[in-house]
Amino acid sequence: MNDRHPPVQDFATDFDHTDAAWVADPYPIWDDLRQRCPVAHSDRYGGAWLPVTHDLVAEVAYDHEHFTSRSVVVSERRPGPDDLPAPIGVSPPISSDPPFHGLVRRMLLPAFTPKPIAALEPFTRELCRELLAATDGRAGFDAAVEYAQHIPVRVIVRFLGFPQEDADQFRGIIKLVLEEVDLPPDEREERFAAVDEYMDAQIEDHRARPRDDLTSFLLEAEIGGQKLPVEHVRGTMVLLMIAGIDTTWSAIGASLWHLAQHPEDRRRLAAEPVLMDTAVEELLRAYAPVTMARLVAKDFDFHGHPFKEGDWLLLPFPAANRDPAAFENPDLVRLDRATNRHAAFGLGRHRCLGSNLARMELRVALEEWLARYPDFELSDPAAVTWSAGQVRGPRRLPVTILGRGG
Amino acid sequence: MAHATFRVHVDPDKCQGHNRCYSVSPDLFDLDDLGMSSEVGAGLVPAGQLSLARLAVANCPEHAISLTEAPEAQQ
Repeated sequence: MNDRHPPVQDFATDFDHTDAAWVADPYPIWDDLRQRCPVAHSDRYGGAWLPVTHDLVAEVAYDHEHFTSRSVVVSERRPGPDDLPAPIGVSPPISSDPPFHGLVRRMLLPAFTPKPIAALEPFTRELCRELLAATDGRAGFDAAVEYAQHIPVRVIVRFLGFPQEDADQFRGIIKLVLEEVDLPPDEREERFAAVDEYMDAQIEDHRARPRDDLTSFLLEAEIGGQKLPVEHVRGTMVLLMIAGIDTTWSAIGASLWHLAQHPEDRRRLAAEPVLMDTAVEELLRAYAPVTMARLVAKDFDFHGHPFKEGDWLLLPFPAANRDPAAFENPDLVRLDRATNRHAAFGLGRHRCLGSNLARMELRVALEEWLARYPDFELSDPAAVTWSAGQVRGPRRLPVTILGRGG
Repeated sequence: MAHATFRVHVDPDKCQGHNRCYSVSPDLFDLDDLGMSSEVGAGLVPAGQLSLARLAVANCPEHAISLTEAPEAQQ
């Protein structure tokens, strides 16, 4: 429930991505808007736009002249004079624009290619097995709370080189950044300060004792022969943590939510393990968790809509993935969908840096789950709750175990 | 009649490193240090791999991959 904003009456003229109807089931809303608009507007958050077709989402993602990534999370507060200005932004490179964006991104990319990510797979698999072992003998449990949410947080904590015992406190931080976007600006800022404090302590610790992890990698990294300013390092650490956790947790949870309701898909994955990679892409398409955002960089006419500098624009990749003009029968999950140019990881220069990491985690999480619990169902479909904001995934997912694997 | 020869090509200006092509047909594509893709060698597709090449094309979110009949085969 959202007690800070009134309920939406018409999503075409007053949309709000924290509204209860959107949180419960956004797909019919996007279908309706695709027919009626397909660019919706809202006066909320100081003015925001929402394109819902694949073509329009792609057009915005490729347009760095009229849109800036200076802030990618819609909230009541726009970046102010105290924030790092474009082209860097508060959390480079997601908040950066070209050409600076390219420099920062190139610095980070080598750490996220398939090879270094594969090195994290044994840790991830062991972690999944441990989490599942802890549920041993129980008739049912919450698959989001007791399984999905722990996987990405512990993997990214290991990747960044933070103590594993700190993993739990990060979930509160992530909720603040991604879900509690309608908090009063002062309160949000106060809580952000605590995040910076934690990161600064980690930076100090890694400066004193460099190790083989992402934090030390960032402290050593150079752009144009210069080490990065501390606020850049901190911003990127916050970004990697936030971007790497809620998103993948959501994808794992949503995939389990689907499999809980589709015994034929569970059986198929068990019988054809070779299908897993293709199935993971289809689950990512159908249940893409991440909606990005842009700020309009200058006044211009966007397909007849008067976009003004400083307007928000929600960039719903999940809506693009359900556009019937881009995908045949988009609301149907076909685990063997052969043509699948889904945009779950975005399009263009800001393609999700961690896409290989997310894919690995999702695949391993599903493989280990299905090996242990090949048969399961939702304990109570009405008890499932979904996150609010730009990252969509189940936050309560009670399941009943029907059968056990070897 | 000779079998047609096909060639894949990754447009480096369009590739954003989604790595889908490398995932579906690792023999046809190579990744650089940044994870950006390019065709292996001259991009010639061995006869048995044409369906994998088509799969790579059909799964590139950026429409960065082209598959064309190699001219020297069109006799």
